[in-house]
Amino acid sequence: MISRRLILAAALSFAAVPALAPEKLSVVATFSILGDFVKNVGGDRIALTTLVGPDGDAHVYSATPADAKNLAASRVVFMNGLGFEGWIDRLIKASGTKAQIVTATRGIKARRMAGGHDHGHSHGHDHDHDEFDPHAWQSVANAKVYVTNIRDALIKADPAGKAEYEANTTAYLARLDALDKEIKAAIADIPAARRKVITSHDAFAYFKATYGIDFVAPQGVSTESEASAKDVAQIIRQIKARKIPAVFLENVSDPRLAKRIADETGAKIGGTLYSDALSDEQGPAPTYIDMMRHNLRQFADALMS
Amino acid sequence: MYDIFIAPFAEFEFMRRALVGMLALSFGAAPIGVFLMLRRMSLTGDAMAHAILPGAALGFLVAGFDLFAMTVGGVIAGFAVAISAGVVARVTQLKEDASLAAFYLVSLALGVLIVSMRGSNIDLLHVLFGSVLALDNATLVLLASFATVTLLVLALTWRPLVLECVDPGFLRSVSKTGGPAHIAFLALVVLNLVGGFHALGTLLAVGIMMLPAIAARFWATDLTRMIVLSVLFAFVSGYAGLLVSYHLAAPSGPAIILAAGSIYGVSLAFGHVGGLRRRFVPGRHLEA
Repeated sequence: MISRRLILAAALSFAAVPALAPEKLSVVATFSILGDFVKNVGGDRIALTTLVGPDGDAHVYSATPADAKNLAASRVVFMNGLGFEGWIDRLIKASGTKAQIVTATRGIKARRMAGGHDHGHSHGHDHDHDEFDPHAWQSVANAKVYVTNIRDALIKADPAGKAEYEANTTAYLARLDALDKEIKAAIADIPAARRKVITSHDAFAYFKATYGIDFVAPQGVSTESEASAKDVAQIIRQIKARKIPAVFLENVSDPRLAKRIADETGAKIGGTLYSDALSDEQGPAPTYIDMMRHNLRQFADALMS
Repeated sequence: MYDIFIAPFAEFEFMRRALVGMLALSFGAAPIGVFLMLRRMSLTGDAMAHAILPGAALGFLVAGFDLFAMTVGGVIAGFAVAISAGVVARVTQLKEDASLAAFYLVSLALGVLIVSMRGSNIDLLHVLFGSVLALDNATLVLLASFATVTLLVLALTWRPLVLECVDPGFLRSVSKTGGPAHIAFLALVVLNLVGGFHALGTLLAVGIMMLPAIAARFWATDLTRMIVLSVLFAFVSGYAGLLVSYHLAAPSGPAIILAAGSIYGVSLAFGHVGGLRRRFVPGRHLEA
């Protein structure tokens, strides 16, 4: 008797599941830019949690228990990879999540860390990080790879949404293509000799390779190490020797130092660039496309004059 | 020689500015450190340095890396903690050091929390460790005025301050100036810690205050000489630390404090007032 009743109950509860409102696919992205890609592909079918929010520095983020909880509850976890999120492996292990872990940069030809990273003091942080430059999204061509990787992963986790994911992806890729053309056209307008800037954080190696603006950084590619007097002196010499016309601040590094360098060299101070994180909704770069446009406008304003 | 010791400052303005900033800090902070040490308040300085953090952090929260906001916030928070620790010590069972410890731990936690609310961890690093390489005109003027005020107030309150170091009971019996002088002194401590905070950050600011003072103790018994020496030691630490940071690519704040630490180490070993060498290799007795 009892067993029959149990079977009945089990059958009823199984029957009840499809009757519920279609549950959103819960998805985690490690940082804001990746989160924006995921949002554009997933649209309304996903419930997205972004671990490192706007203006946060994912290099040195410290995860919270809430992050582990989000991870454990999610079906797909998107990470940048290439050593960008040094903390993610531990977090995944600690959370015990069974989610599909997706490295969004898979298939991208990763750049080795550029020269100028041989300061000595920047060694030994994180091994992956010393080998590859993780800031791949700074080239729109790479952003398109991110987006297709995200599409494939979402379809795998939620086959029912295949058509919607594909439609979203096609529309978004078209916008990225337009963005790519826009950037190339704007940079073509800047005289070739003036296409060099200095930023306080070298996250633009992919941008440089794709679009041909030269970036010189006073600090290593990671924001983990503090600039020494030697670093600052070298960068000032470099600006003077190479006649670099503009200095840019960065939303995750000390603006006072960049300003000092600009005062000392007569280079122009450009506005804030967004490289590793989006701004919040009120800021100038709430989405990836806005971010790239915003940075482009900053370069053009500082370098054209 | 020129290349090692002078060229960095001749070639780069930011090095000159850092050096001038350290000079101003030396004149203000080091004498204060001597008095703190003589009054057995060395660790009070440390506690107050942490107490500044939430105020400076609130300034940062409101206005970013804004000199005025962070200075005002730091000064207010420093005073608040100094005064409330004093009040708690007077009206409750707690000793002043215990209440200071309680206040500063809370302040430190609060400060870190506030900075993290607005900025990234990198901002937090800059608040905790300062940016001596990025001193602009306004900051230099601020540091210089703090030093000036410090020296003036020290000159005005010199006698009661010295007496209170030596014999507070006697001071209380002959004069009523002890109380106001003590408050003025606490104000100077806060002021110099806030100044040091701009250059070296909250965690290291107290280093340039205490280490030269403690080192000077090994070389002089006379207060005036002790203060002159402490200023000298502080400035030499700043100079040496900047050179190390320039030639060896070390972060500048810690390099400066380590230079001060080295001076302390040498003084500890060789100082002729109570240093180790005197203890183990006594000088010859004077004979008639």
